[in-house]
Amino acid sequence: MIRYRLAFRRLPVLCVTFCAGVLVLMQARAPSALQSPPGQRSEVDLIIGDRIGAQPTFAVPDCLTIDGDESVAEAGRTIAEVLWDDLEFEREFRMMARDVYDTIPRARSLTDLPLDRWRELGVDGVVSCEVAAAGDGQLRVTARLFNTRSRESAFGVEYTGSARNVRAYAHQLSDEIHRRQRGLRGVARTKISFVSDRDSESVLGLVENRQTKEVYFADYDGANIRRVTVSRSLNTTPSWAPSARAIAYTSWRRGFQDVFVSHIYEGRLESPAGGSANIHNWLPAWSPDGRQLAFTSNRDGNPELYIMDADGTNVRRLTNHPSIDTTPTWSPQGHQIAFTSDRTGAPQIYVIGVDGTGLRRITFESYCDRPTWSPAPYNEIAYSSRTGPGHDIKVIDIPTSEVRQLTFGLGTNESPSYSPNGRHVAFMSTRGSGNKQIWIIGRDGRGLRRLTSVGNNEMPSWSP
Amino acid sequence: MSRRNFVRAVQAVLVCTVATVSCVRNPPPVAPEPPPPPPAAEERPGPAPRLEPEPPPPAPVVPPIEADVDIVSRDLEQLNRESPLRPVFFGYDSSDLDGPGRRVLEDNAAVLRDNPTWIITIEGHCDERGTAEYNLALGERRALAARQYLVELGLQGDRLRTVSYGKEFPFAAGQDEGAWAKNRRAHLVISDR
Repeated sequence: MIRYRLAFRRLPVLCVTFCAGVLVLMQARAPSALQSPPGQRSEVDLIIGDRIGAQPTFAVPDCLTIDGDESVAEAGRTIAEVLWDDLEFEREFRMMARDVYDTIPRARSLTDLPLDRWRELGVDGVVSCEVAAAGDGQLRVTARLFNTRSRESAFGVEYTGSARNVRAYAHQLSDEIHRRQRGLRGVARTKISFVSDRDSESVLGLVENRQTKEVYFADYDGANIRRVTVSRSLNTTPSWAPSARAIAYTSWRRGFQDVFVSHIYEGRLESPAGGSANIHNWLPAWSPDGRQLAFTSNRDGNPELYIMDADGTNVRRLTNHPSIDTTPTWSPQGHQIAFTSDRTGAPQIYVIGVDGTGLRRITFESYCDRPTWSPAPYNEIAYSSRTGPGHDIKVIDIPTSEVRQLTFGLGTNESPSYSPNGRHVAFMSTRGSGNKQIWIIGRDGRGLRRLTSVGNNEMPSWSP
Repeated sequence: MSRRNFVRAVQAVLVCTVATVSCVRNPPPVAPEPPPPPPAAEERPGPAPRLEPEPPPPAPVVPPIEADVDIVSRDLEQLNRESPLRPVFFGYDSSDLDGPGRRVLEDNAAVLRDNPTWIITIEGHCDERGTAEYNLALGERRALAARQYLVELGLQGDRLRTVSYGKEFPFAAGQDEGAWAKNRRAHLVISDR
């Protein structure tokens, strides 16, 4: 079944009028509308697959290359491989394994490909792409998505940019396909920040045999790892700013734990919480609008939660209890904060309004920590819960209080962080080697994959 | 050069190269542990070993000269390595001082009174069983509890800094109560004097 959705960018009123009813009528006109020049969006989006939501099967053969050297051919292979992984990640499409593509003749051009052969293989949609050197270290990537049954192109795009990171083209194309085909906000261009001892050095200090941990970030698939902190000290608990241009974290670079903010693309470092030898601040968490940071501080003699404006002004205390209150996370609208408190004798998750009212306990287990509120449209909190010698990742649905478990007892599983569309959770696990590594699992508990492998890696924070 | 000599020369060069490379790849082990002392002769079974006559001790050439007076200059690292300050240990998920913990802090307070210029940092540490995030707060409370008692014992607060390392810097490796108990501590570091 083929379904069309009108997307007249210049005629939004028409779009609204037509969207509901004229799907079948448009079928005949679709191909002409799709023969727009590369680089312009086609005016009709063709949705490949059943209207009742069954997964269509997609294939991503290597991109064709034009007048390129070996590096362009390599880019063509890389883009296809990365795009395949990106599309597989969200599980909206059934991805035909790439090792069976050998049986299919290569496309003669971007628009001349053996669609019947793909159809015989059981493929519903084929991504046809072409890479060309555009001079001056630039690449031009052109892509079409073909329906193998109707033989029509669902849409076409053209990207031009630096040849420095060819994976970025695949990520952008993946997000485009998810948006147009499934109305889904993909995460292929997001980053994951984490803490690692991979470049471990001795901590500068008076006690021997202490190794540094520094903050890093990688693409959401683990590629392109970049280092954020170079401090010869301990750095933990990174938290991406909603702008995706800054990371807040806890650093011991001045000999005690304090909140720092690295503006990673500007090389600017701030310590807005104003720590000192006896005033410590840690575990920063950005408000959804990026204007405030919640954090833990000992400034009144005991670990309590505080909120400050991002520039360090307007500090106000959120909790007031002689036990520990720590590890804040904001609700998607920014009206509530979930946190960990041991006020009943063991750490449990609580929720409180940002004005300090409406405190309520939401977990009743042996030991819970590191709540992470999901993005909308889900309204749930992931956390780590002791289930034996170690911990597992669990999720509590806020409206119903129903708890579901995502991991089951291999090593310890801690520090969950949601992808910005809420469909995956990154976390630290010691499963397998016993080393701490970052893993990703679907919010339904399926699709486990490992992100890191060098050294120990923990405390992931998924960028917006 | 004849063909045979040439081949030999090449072989020689190759052997030398391989020897050099293998030397570079396999550096000698650094400071091997001394072998255990051999068992005493009378404990050995079987016939007694043949004893070589001992060589006579060499005669001293010149009488030893008395060295200059040693002035001990200990940096903070050395001072901390030999620190008279003792750590305080805590129960699981607890930051409460028990009797032995208070006595340790009373002894530490006496040391600090004898060294009135010392400034110390009280580090709070935790065992590995809790989560890394929660342990930052637990370690902070352990450091604060030790600091509070030292203040109650009359020490000036501005000499007593605190820091929490949570479970990031364990003192003992191992996944048993023996190791965990060593890692639940307030550790006192001399940070200035």
